[in-house]
Amino acid sequence: MSLEMFFQHFFNALTLGSLYALIAIGYTMVYGVLRLINFAHGDILMVGAYFVFFGTFAFGWPWGVSAIAAVCGASLLGVLVERVAYRPLREAPRISALISAIAVSFFIESLAVVVFTGQPRPVLQPDWLISEWQWGRVHILKLTAFVPVMTAVLVAALLYILYRTKPGLAMRAISKDIETTRLMGVRVDNIIAFTFAVGSALAAASGIMWALRYPQVHPYMGIMPGLKAFVAAVVGGIGSVQGAVIGGVILGFVEIMSIAFFPELSGYRDAFAFIILVLVLVFKPTGLLGENLKEKI
Amino acid sequence: MSTPDIMLEIKDLYVNYGGICAVQGVNLSIQRGSIVTLVGANGAGKSSIIRSIAGLNRQVTGDILFSRKQGDKPESILGLKPENMVRRGISLSPEGRRILPHLTVRENLLLGAYSRNDRAGIQRDMERVYELFPRLEERSWQKGGTLSGGEQQMLAVGRALMGQPDLIMLDEPSLGLAPLLVKEIFAIIERIHQTGVTVLLVEQNAYAALNVADYAYILEVGRIALEGTGKELLANPQVRAAYLGG
Repeated sequence: MSLEMFFQHFFNALTLGSLYALIAIGYTMVYGVLRLINFAHGDILMVGAYFVFFGTFAFGWPWGVSAIAAVCGASLLGVLVERVAYRPLREAPRISALISAIAVSFFIESLAVVVFTGQPRPVLQPDWLISEWQWGRVHILKLTAFVPVMTAVLVAALLYILYRTKPGLAMRAISKDIETTRLMGVRVDNIIAFTFAVGSALAAASGIMWALRYPQVHPYMGIMPGLKAFVAAVVGGIGSVQGAVIGGVILGFVEIMSIAFFPELSGYRDAFAFIILVLVLVFKPTGLLGENLKEKI
Repeated sequence: MSTPDIMLEIKDLYVNYGGICAVQGVNLSIQRGSIVTLVGANGAGKSSIIRSIAGLNRQVTGDILFSRKQGDKPESILGLKPENMVRRGISLSPEGRRILPHLTVRENLLLGAYSRNDRAGIQRDMERVYELFPRLEERSWQKGGTLSGGEQQMLAVGRALMGQPDLIMLDEPSLGLAPLLVKEIFAIIERIHQTGVTVLLVEQNAYAALNVADYAYILEVGRIALEGTGKELLANPQVRAAYLGG
């Protein structure tokens, strides 16, 4: 493989990995506070992407404005899902909440088919994102650089919230011991809602950038990224934000590079994530940065 | 002392755990500014009472009345959520310390002050805690999980103090500590008490608890078997036989 080609693949892998990482963070954060795999997370991503579609085409807003509105809208949707589908089941066995999560996922997808129709819709790509930089024979789409940079900014903002603010302190405390955290005066329900808001905002950001790359939206677009990001969260060690980022990037690189080096395997593209999942579960079930889990999901 | 100034009053408390009655009709009261202790064997219902006050038990009947400051009208706090207790002036240092192992000492203390927004006051109280427990200041950037048992206990007490309580409840603060550390913890309890905080102490170490207590209740299988001042109970032959090794 030529060096130019390698760079091309490298940036593609970094972009894809960033998108997985942003989604994986939501899984890992929700798991941290509720010990729940939020299967509706991928669908939040889809709704976020649709919001941009409507913002730009139905309301005629600029892409940036639509994107910000979409992130906020998806964030609210995440809070709503938690309020309606998970909070009433707080005292119920964990499996009930898990089933509820699967139900929410199907519900959002089906509702999207009814409301948005199943037909894929085009996505507006702002010019400044689809123009190219060129170094010699390497062509880099600005979008390919924009995604990792945006991801880095969002992850930095998230780490600031987690490690420098009161709600962040409460989130980290809840993940270890809810009862003691409540004793300290933390209104746990509010912190859980906030966690969903942040996680959903990141998923929507990822979904919006995902839609820019393809460039279309459809009601089932969240399923595969959602599943792979879940794998990324497990690979990194579920419950760890840093692990989710690392897991996402690893997954992005494995997926792109394995096809780059072995083009004949491109039909198995989606299989790599799950092969990694099996390997991690066999050899290091807690993931790269995960701690020992006493219970399974 | 003229009329008794009651800070906390428990009336006819019953606590149920899935059909098992852990507390069966307990009445007790805590005078403002005193150290009151609940003494008893494992399973006597001590922790159940303290957890009910903190709002951690659901299946509770009876009533718990609390008046934060002198002259406040006693209000029922039964059924309030635990996160509201610290805002009302009641802090609990729970059994087993329950330090958050992955947070630093400093973060554990800040969590104790979560309900407050007065930055200067929080800073002042943190310095007070560090003055009370110099070991914690030395380790303020260390993770809670790396502390020794005694240090974790100090952190648990310090964290409860960060909520600016008028009533501090300590559940088994001496459990699992070496005798020298037990002495240190009890000395600290007296110092906290001297700053004007009312103390409710749950202990299996009856001798040490009765020694510092103004008033004590002895619990046996969910009921109060005996009550009296610390001195009275220390001298009581029944107590001596059952709890103080003769």
